[in-house]
Amino acid sequence: MFDATLVLIVLVAIHLAGAVAVYLTRQESLLTRQLNGIFGIAGGVMALILALIGLQRNLPGSGSTVLLSLEGVMPFAPLEFTLDRLSSFFLLLIAVVGIPVSLYSIDYMREYVSHPDQPGAHAYNLGLFGVAYQIFILSMILVVLASTTFTFLFLWELMALASYFLVVFEHRHRDTQEAGTLYLIMTHLGFVALFIGFMLLSGPALVGNTTLSFSELRISALALPSTQRDIVFLLMFIGFGSKAGMIPFHVWLPQAHPAAPSPVSALMSGVMIKLGIYGLLRITLDLLGGGPGWWGGLILVVGGASALYGILYALVDHNLKRLLAYSSVENAGIILLASGAALVFWSAGNTALATLALVGALYHILNHGVFKSLLFMGAGAVLQSTHTLDMESLGGLIKRMPWTALFFLVGSVSIAALPPFNGFVGEWIILQSLLLSLALPSQGAHIFLTLGLGALALTGGLVAAAFVKAFGISFLALPRSAQADQATEAPRLMRWAMGINAVLCLLLGLLATLLLPALQGISRAYLGPDQPTVGLAISGLEVRTGTDFGSLSPLLLGILLALLALIALWGLRLAGINELTRRSMTWACGRFTLSPRMEYTATAFANPLKRIFAFLYQPVRALTIETPGASPHFAQDISYRNPVRLWFEEYLYGPVARGIVWLARRASLVQHGSLHLYLTYILSILVILLVLTRG
Amino acid sequence: MDYVAKFLIAVVQLLIVLGASPVLVSLIRRLKARLQGRLGPPWFQPYYDLAKYFQKESVVSETASWIFNFTPYLQFVCMLLIALFVPFYTAMLPLDATGGIIVIMYFFLLSTFFLALSGLDTGSAFGGMGSSREMTIAALAEPTIILAVFSISLVANSTNISTIILRLGSDYGLLFNPTHLLAFAAFVIVTIAETGRLPVDNPTTHLELTMIHEAMILEYSGRHLALVEWSAWMKLFLFLSLLTNLFFPWGVATSLDLLSFVAGLVIFAVKLTLAAGAIAFMETILAKVRIFRVPELLAGSFAIALLAIISFYVL
Amino acid sequence: MWDMIRKIRQVGILTEPLPPFPAEYTQQDPQVELVGGELQQRTRILLGRSLHIRQVDAGSDNAAELEIIALGNPYYDMERFGLHIVASPRHADCLMVTGPVTRNMALPLLRTYEATPDPKIVVAVGDAARDGGIFRGSYAIIGGVDQVVPVDLYIPGDPPTPLELLTGMLIALDRYRGKSSRRE
Repeated sequence: MFDATLVLIVLVAIHLAGAVAVYLTRQESLLTRQLNGIFGIAGGVMALILALIGLQRNLPGSGSTVLLSLEGVMPFAPLEFTLDRLSSFFLLLIAVVGIPVSLYSIDYMREYVSHPDQPGAHAYNLGLFGVAYQIFILSMILVVLASTTFTFLFLWELMALASYFLVVFEHRHRDTQEAGTLYLIMTHLGFVALFIGFMLLSGPALVGNTTLSFSELRISALALPSTQRDIVFLLMFIGFGSKAGMIPFHVWLPQAHPAAPSPVSALMSGVMIKLGIYGLLRITLDLLGGGPGWWGGLILVVGGASALYGILYALVDHNLKRLLAYSSVENAGIILLASGAALVFWSAGNTALATLALVGALYHILNHGVFKSLLFMGAGAVLQSTHTLDMESLGGLIKRMPWTALFFLVGSVSIAALPPFNGFVGEWIILQSLLLSLALPSQGAHIFLTLGLGALALTGGLVAAAFVKAFGISFLALPRSAQADQATEAPRLMRWAMGINAVLCLLLGLLATLLLPALQGISRAYLGPDQPTVGLAISGLEVRTGTDFGSLSPLLLGILLALLALIALWGLRLAGINELTRRSMTWACGRFTLSPRMEYTATAFANPLKRIFAFLYQPVRALTIETPGASPHFAQDISYRNPVRLWFEEYLYGPVARGIVWLARRASLVQHGSLHLYLTYILSILVILLVLTRG
Repeated sequence: MDYVAKFLIAVVQLLIVLGASPVLVSLIRRLKARLQGRLGPPWFQPYYDLAKYFQKESVVSETASWIFNFTPYLQFVCMLLIALFVPFYTAMLPLDATGGIIVIMYFFLLSTFFLALSGLDTGSAFGGMGSSREMTIAALAEPTIILAVFSISLVANSTNISTIILRLGSDYGLLFNPTHLLAFAAFVIVTIAETGRLPVDNPTTHLELTMIHEAMILEYSGRHLALVEWSAWMKLFLFLSLLTNLFFPWGVATSLDLLSFVAGLVIFAVKLTLAAGAIAFMETILAKVRIFRVPELLAGSFAIALLAIISFYVL
Repeated sequence: MWDMIRKIRQVGILTEPLPPFPAEYTQQDPQVELVGGELQQRTRILLGRSLHIRQVDAGSDNAAELEIIALGNPYYDMERFGLHIVASPRHADCLMVTGPVTRNMALPLLRTYEATPDPKIVVAVGDAARDGGIFRGSYAIIGGVDQVVPVDLYIPGDPPTPLELLTGMLIALDRYRGKSSRRE
């Protein structure tokens, strides 16, 4: 119906035209925001079409025909783009997240226009935002289509830079600048690893070849000695893992996400970190074509550790967006865990289970994209309305922003993997794949997989606790500050955008069986054919795993839930229960009034778990009580701080950064500032060079 | 199985959980009263309580939102849904293929999630405290549940409950497998924690500061309270049914004939009576532990569950 | 633990063979059973055999509380009549108010009354709750409970015995019946 090449050309044209058009408009006008949103949506629709073409055509996993080859754009190598199964899936993710986020950004970005009633507030340049935004989405779309090393690395870097400019959009805040710098450093450390990795991967093909297409790499990778393959894997794991937010390279996530404008946080968390997973899958499944069992084991263990670490820190963080960022670390961990399990199964020769685990990972990628962008959009709506993300000054928003609250609740329930929403189906498949690991003969794999299962299980309960806190403290009860009290509902387009994602959360949960066969097809394209009777089988509305091992029918569960609700309501009505409701004050033991200061706080809510996991958090308790008079019983001011220890920041990055600063100080000795001294340097260098060249 | 039989079994499951859960609670209360040297409440006291709550008006806090009114109904429906998957007297459950034991556990978590939200909803400090504690315990109990389930599914090679019971019931040797026994021990501790019994939580406490589950429902009244209480009783009933039938699947009907159904019902009643007796006995001789001792208990159960799995691989 | 089990066994031997209404109880204190039995009849009709009580201390000297606590011990065991003390006024059908109402407790008492769902009854327990008792005339108190909330029944005594309390509940339920029929 559509020609894929044509769609791709239109897509690129839309985003480029969008970038130009947005820049040419008056930078504070409504038109700027509208154009940015419309071009974003149009590009997203094109990406969706392209993804559907790719998924429909049953493309092979690799080596399909080149979609587009652009000679001469870059001086020394052509840019090549290919559509295959994995690319199609990630295009789908970009489109499904990108379209609502672009819609959302139209109303959200008015935040940055200077208000006539606030003359002191600086406006930001929305035109530049639009340019970076269009390029960012375009580079993400193209990076999953890239089929040569050069194209891939070029677009990967473009994506990193575009997202950097988006992160530092609110450049007048010092925190934002610092977060941006940290992001830039981390992403480039990752890039270095990737660069060396790709060079090592290409091996002998590297000489005199600037294109290094993926099809060449597939061949050269086979010839590599196993040590070199291991090194390549490790470098790629670090490079892509740092983008995906796995520990210990996650440090930029909790800084950059809260600093960026909310649509950007939604895109970065919903899509960009998944591209790290994309890279890892592309390398391990496709280019390297699998490896020894410890590759998968390593990914699984690091994934499990990331999941636990992320959720434990989400639990004690009270900045709404930082909480969500830590939760992204957690979800990236779960995805890595499932991908690692898939590799373990694959290397053990059990394709059926590998397919099951990989389908779980892919489905979780899509689900997380949907609900995490929903949650970030919700947090953005809260920020726009109250100008704070500190949960200790929020509260009562469910009455002031009912729609936002509902959508945020849907996101929270989905991310906590509760039925009948989408998170549950993904988690169910991953759990099933781990539970079925008994089929493996190796004892070592059992230990890995059992540990993974334990981590996943522990994570599951903590996520529920963290999101009861996130939703309950921010949206329920009484507002804890004047800003929260005066909050108003989000504008129409933002509500629509969140509504789309909320509905998607439900649909992806109930109708999972419609999408899972496609994911199964993707997995088979890379892992090879499997036997559905021992792995994953989808029949009608039912998902089955193993041989009579587990089965799930999400739609039937949803129908049963609705049916039982109707029967229960009808039965209670029939029984003639008293349906009178009287409104009264909250029971507070007969107190005169109920003030927000009597409410449970986020700190208090998380405190039991903080104490239980004190060996990890090592919280520092600082209590100061100021008493003006001689009596210690009349406190004027009590301040209580209980920060947790950030292990990696403190013990890994801290010493490294201090070491670099120390070295720089030593090196600065030569920078004396005296012109005479510099002339002496030049002279002595000249003499040395002359002496050296002479011999 | 024809559709009429399937439908009837489903309806009977619902009627059992609705009708028998108050009796189970009453049984525990009476046994406890006897152990304390009292007579205890009448047999049908929980029914009288429910009938009365349903006839009273509901007082709802001005601070509360729709979540507060919605939660009791959601909880009630969740428990009814779970009842369709938990075997009481027969393993021939019509909807077994819809979801296994993992689905059950996540529906329990769904109802806990919303109950914790409604505890926060009224803005009362007690509610928040209850929610915080409930989620802490739920978060720590969750891994044990999953690992215990894992052990069972290792032994029976399935996560679908009917299949588990059919397989375990056909080979009693599996029941005395160390993995199975260790998983049983872990599951017992989790059952106590999840259903809010001593020594984790005291269901009869009047002191707000010692409450967990009760603190969240302090604000409920009238029909809402009736639904919340009923759901809590059903949860206890369902957990005890799971515990007894998964680990001691004797007598659970595995065929569709009336005799085995009647026998199944009688044996099920005996099993639950024994479980109720054990709970009553334990609640009489044990005191509630400090909230920060509970994690040690749950960590212990986690370790037992992990040991169960390791023993499966090693032995 | 073994000590406790031994003790349970000893006590258990005493109570277990008893019929639903223990002979020993009636022998020692025949009135308890009589009153309690009648009370059960009334509650059965009026509140579906279940009466949940919230105790409110409006400034009491704790004498009445001690007697109320005694209602729950194995000797009186009010649970067998469907009477139960609850932790929140939201769960309650009956407020048992003790003590003279002090100025600071007047509003909390009113709040508790408002917090209790209808239909409900208020029982003022003890002389002090009726009119201030020995504290009458003090600047610190408002007076009896009826100065703040409508009272359905006074149970006199300083403090009333548990038996008197149970007797009082019966009369309270009579009042309650009149109240609810008026409403209908």
